[in-house]
Amino acid sequence: MLNALTLLVLCQFVGEILARGIGLPVPGPVIGMLLLLVGLIARERFGRGGPGNELKATATGLLGNLGLLFIPAGVGVILYLPLLARDWAPISLAIVLGTLASIAVTGRLAQSLLRHLGQ
Amino acid sequence: MIPGGLAEIWVYLAREPLAALTATLLVWWMALRLQQALRQHPLANPVLIAVALLAGGLLAAGIDYRAYFAGAQFVHFLLGPATVALAVPLYREWQLVRRSAAAAVLSVTFGGLFAAAIGVALALMMGAAPDVTASLAPRSVTTPVAMGIAERIGGLPSLTAAVVICSGVVGAALGPATLNLVRVMDWRARGLAMGTAAHGIGTARALTVNPTAGAFSGLAMGLNALTTALLLPLLWRLLG
Repeated sequence: MLNALTLLVLCQFVGEILARGIGLPVPGPVIGMLLLLVGLIARERFGRGGPGNELKATATGLLGNLGLLFIPAGVGVILYLPLLARDWAPISLAIVLGTLASIAVTGRLAQSLLRHLGQ
Repeated sequence: MIPGGLAEIWVYLAREPLAALTATLLVWWMALRLQQALRQHPLANPVLIAVALLAGGLLAAGIDYRAYFAGAQFVHFLLGPATVALAVPLYREWQLVRRSAAAAVLSVTFGGLFAAAIGVALALMMGAAPDVTASLAPRSVTTPVAMGIAERIGGLPSLTAAVVICSGVVGAALGPATLNLVRVMDWRARGLAMGTAAHGIGTARALTVNPTAGAFSGLAMGLNALTTALLLPLLWRLLG
């Protein structure tokens, strides 16, 4: 587990440096995700197979409880209750209706594009 | 127990991160049990339940959020490595992702801009102040990027952070039911929709439902961060 965690943190570290260094508008961990993906594909090309069992197990463990990791930031909403309460009507409408409409539109669009462009 | 011992224990718990960490993990466990007990009802989203319980607890006990976060930050920190770990499911679905690349990029780009546009339209319709409207525009993007965008277009980054998290929870809780309603059954499309509109919290939900949806959701979250960060400030200046 420790080797895999080291690899994940290392990818994030390089990602953060790249994001800040080049001024990329993407968070460091997302760049780290791309780096790891490229690394895994390269590993396969060189005939070493995909991710090792240790990395697979660690990734499954972390991602299986991904929701947990959002809780500390989520509880932070209590800091902004006065701000949220001030304009609660437009804010709640945008959050609920806006998000669900976006999910519906993106899903429909993706489904029809996948049918016509995909395969 | 000796009198005075209790006070000593209290001082220890208030100072060390252990109490906040224990509370976070225990509440998460309770939320998962509750979700099972309610037979996976869409509104029984574990993130929603856990955040509501902890937020209510902190408010009721008068505990400062910063004191809580000092302990909970160890959980928060793992978000970075977990985001990197999304490369593993993405790799597993790589053949499928490659074949769907054009459709994925197009739908995430358009979906991300639609999410911003409908947020702004609804806010304007309800007569929101300009800074609130600008804070609602980057709602669907993962938190750090959304705060950066809000700052550039004249929004309030802290309000954006709260709105992003609420949107993620709403999307995770009600997104799958919405997708059923509009008959989106392709797991790739369902994942792309969740990741575009509900970033990491939506991805967390997608991963628990289907591995293909989880991989595409992680991909959509990353892509949407990139496209919205590039396009939204530009469009804002052109239209604003």
